[in-house]
Amino acid sequence: MAVTVKTFANASEAAGALSSDRSARYLGGGTLVMRALNEGDVSISTIVRAHDQALTRIDASGPRITLGAGVTFARVLAERDLAFLHAPARSIGGPAVRNMGTIGGNLFAPNPYGDFAVALLALDATIAVQGGFGSRDIPIEEFLQGRERQAGTLVLSVSCTRPASTEAFRYRKIARIKPKGGSVITLAAHLPVSGGRIAGARIALGSMAPTQIRARAAERALEGRSLDTATIAAAASAATEGTSPSDNALGSAWYRREIVGVHLRRLLSGQE
Amino acid sequence: MTKIPLQFRHNGRDVAIFVDGGTNLLVALRELIGDMTPKFGCGQGGCGTCSVVIDGELHLSCLTLAESVAGRSVETLDGMKQGPNLHPLQRAFADNFAAQCGYCTPGMLMAAKALLDRNPAPSRADVVEAISGNICRCTGYEPIINAILAAAGGRASA
Repeated sequence: MAVTVKTFANASEAAGALSSDRSARYLGGGTLVMRALNEGDVSISTIVRAHDQALTRIDASGPRITLGAGVTFARVLAERDLAFLHAPARSIGGPAVRNMGTIGGNLFAPNPYGDFAVALLALDATIAVQGGFGSRDIPIEEFLQGRERQAGTLVLSVSCTRPASTEAFRYRKIARIKPKGGSVITLAAHLPVSGGRIAGARIALGSMAPTQIRARAAERALEGRSLDTATIAAAASAATEGTSPSDNALGSAWYRREIVGVHLRRLLSGQE
Repeated sequence: MTKIPLQFRHNGRDVAIFVDGGTNLLVALRELIGDMTPKFGCGQGGCGTCSVVIDGELHLSCLTLAESVAGRSVETLDGMKQGPNLHPLQRAFADNFAAQCGYCTPGMLMAAKALLDRNPAPSRADVVEAISGNICRCTGYEPIINAILAAAGGRASA
């Protein structure tokens, strides 16, 4: 079925078109929206595009980095200043998907996808969106919880603070096919250390709930402690708390609950 | 619904077609231009057999909105052979038995070309990574990896 394609020169015009039409979808890299069209999704009757350079800008020089929503994973991988995000970017798709898929689109990717958003959730990213009534910043956790309601808004950019060290941010994706494949589970951990103790731990999980979630019980087990064997064991045993994984072709809910603590323990203890 | 005029470069030649809104590049190439070398596999970005090179970058044509290539350069397998001669990659695929049923071959060749254009002397790991978005259900991948390494080696010594 043919759809109407609306192309705009700037993001705010595109956001206006998006917010005024419930059947409109914003086309980023195409890996979600074109796929839906190929599958015959009749709920989409309008495609909105924007040729706005602000959407593909990378600001990675300072302690706080900002990525335009249209920045592809291939561009993240080409940026030396974004080394801390290379592991999640590399874990997505093959080269063609990384040349197409974008940071903004990944925020909307359903299970078993959306791995980059797991990393951003652990990093406590801020999502800048533009709706019909202007732009605003939303914490990523709130954005993901209300993702269904975000359909009429346009993501402009994502920003987060650079981790203090390579040890402070860790990422692990469990897939059945290497080096490419949908996620069985995905884990990311931000572990800022102050005076030898973890202060402000954030653990994010993918494919453990309908959207990416934080493992709050595991975070509590880490908070204020040093990263020793007993602390890691406590965090790992708390990993399933609050999760609600599903069965799919890559793994059952039971299997996901069984392995999430094992992989969190390996992630926290720096094991391969 | 009105048709949308679209011009782009297809294997070094300017083409002009009319597409319906929402048409993907694979349909435009196969049904409107008559280039049957990119194949329809999954339509979801999972198999890679529709791979083409857009402005030097590997893309999946089934997930590319046709309109988005306006004014850009699209290369497909059809543009790979030079006159009656096979491209070194095609020759290496034949010599190394890298094609069985052949359905993945167009995408494999485009992924390999995108790799060698950027990195003429890839390691085995580079090759595995470069074709990681392309599924082959026949060969077990080893002959394909060997063919790409052979083509790279031949090119380096030439």
